[in-house]
Amino acid sequence: MAKENFLTSSIGKKLVVGLTGLFLISFLVVHVGINSTILLNDNGETFNTAAHFMSHNWVIRVMEIGLLLGIIAHIFMTLKLHFENKSKRPVGYAVIDGKANSKWYSRSMTLLGTLLLIFLVIHMADFWLHTKKALYITHENENSYLEVKEAMQNPLLLVIYIAGFFSLGFHLLHGFPSAFQTLGLNHKKYTPIIKAAGTAFSIIVPGLFAAIAVALFFGLV
Amino acid sequence: MEHTTINLTLKVWRQKNASDKGSFQTYNVKGISTEMSFLEMFDVLNEQLIAEGKDEPIAFDHDCREGICGMCSMYINGRPHGPWHGTTTCQLHMRAFKDGETVVVEPWRARAFPVIRDLVVDRRAFDRIIQAGGYISVNTGNAVDANAIPINKKDADNAFAAASCIGCGACVAACKNSSAMLFVSAKVSQLALLPQGGPERQTRVLDMVAQMDKEGFGSCTNTGACEAECPKEISLENIARLNREFTAASLASEE
Ligand code: HEM
Ligand code: SF4
Ligand code: FES
Repeated sequence: MAKENFLTSSIGKKLVVGLTGLFLISFLVVHVGINSTILLNDNGETFNTAAHFMSHNWVIRVMEIGLLLGIIAHIFMTLKLHFENKSKRPVGYAVIDGKANSKWYSRSMTLLGTLLLIFLVIHMADFWLHTKKALYITHENENSYLEVKEAMQNPLLLVIYIAGFFSLGFHLLHGFPSAFQTLGLNHKKYTPIIKAAGTAFSIIVPGLFAAIAVALFFGLV
Repeated sequence: MEHTTINLTLKVWRQKNASDKGSFQTYNVKGISTEMSFLEMFDVLNEQLIAEGKDEPIAFDHDCREGICGMCSMYINGRPHGPWHGTTTCQLHMRAFKDGETVVVEPWRARAFPVIRDLVVDRRAFDRIIQAGGYISVNTGNAVDANAIPINKKDADNAFAAASCIGCGACVAACKNSSAMLFVSAKVSQLALLPQGGPERQTRVLDMVAQMDKEGFGSCTNTGACEAECPKEISLENIARLNREFTAASLASEE
């Protein structure tokens, strides 16, 4: 039989989702690590140093482009799969007992991802554009800490951020272990560890992001 | 065991043929023994329909009625094969239902499993996947000694567990993506785990997945609904194995 193109095969497409998903997870680790320095309560000194390093180091610059491509690939492939998969059941069921066999967040990855995307757009408009403008256009030496602190005084923004972190947490609760399964890593000994690590990651990372936002809002740091 | 009888309201999908639009019809069945199987309850309903002469009997697939052939595809109250875990429709007994309950019965829904009539769907897409590579090529002749090739216990057990798939299609019916990955992974695994499956290991997985995609099944998103609904409790470990086998074979392929 003529060989199927790997990247257009059902499994190949899923592999793209899994690999880009894991790549995005690695970015989250760095991001939450840097943000957490705000909690050191040193008037943003460490945070500003880290932010300055991130925006002036060329290795990070290149990785930023990789990150952008990664997120575009992730979104493109997941949405493509979403609509393809929808088309595989032209006549639906009258009754579906979803909770009997799977978790709601596992069945709602596109919804959670889309909420996440909306959050990301708002988030990028807030900070990323700002930083780039200071870096390339106005050439100001910006104080990222003060900027973040100021922005986080807006209660509406705080609510949007917390909602974004909830979407992220549930997206990861399914996505983290799911990515390993997609890569073919399912093992009696290691899978329970991966699942436990995934649950911990899905609570700790969005929890830290949220804690920082709340602490800034209430002026605790 | 206590023997009781119950009355039920059934909402059953009726469709004359593949091109008919179809609709739900409501039927009342009375005095159903809780010791009956779900299919026996349908037999009672069909006798009733024949006696009344108003409606044609309901077409549904069945063969062994002992949980081994995989024919009895019915989507009952939102779940393939109904409410019991690890059970086919023919092994589902009426004690699973309460007196006076309304039970909705639908055919498997998937583009790759078109409805032929009422609750009967065309599952030949599975046969074509098997024909694409789900076999081993051997010379016929005298049966080979079963123990001629030693196989370790773990692989033998896993291959045996995968081989218990009865091709019922509940995994596809349960999956929000209409993915056939659990079925295909079981059929790939049962041979990939054994030395006899070795020579065709790579072409098998490439050909079977290509056929699966061609038949119009969806992509797996690891919701786990298939494993939860599979009457033979086929494990998701098989899907991970399929992902590994397919990725490795694709990378190694010279085409
Ligand atoms: C920080 C951002 C994000 C991270 C860390 C992330 C992470 C992940 C991971 C690890 C997976 C599992 C991959 C697999 O099962 O193989 C996944 C799946 C998925 N993601 Fe994301 N994602 C992010 C953003 C998004 C966005 C913006 C969307 C927008 C539509 C999205 C939609 C999806 C969908 C639909 C799936 C498929 C579910 C599945 O197959 O299991 N994700 N994501
Ligand atoms: S994997 Fe399970 S649900 Fe799917 S066809 Fe085989 S026995 Fe049926
Ligand atoms: S009729 Fe054979 S498995 Fe149900």
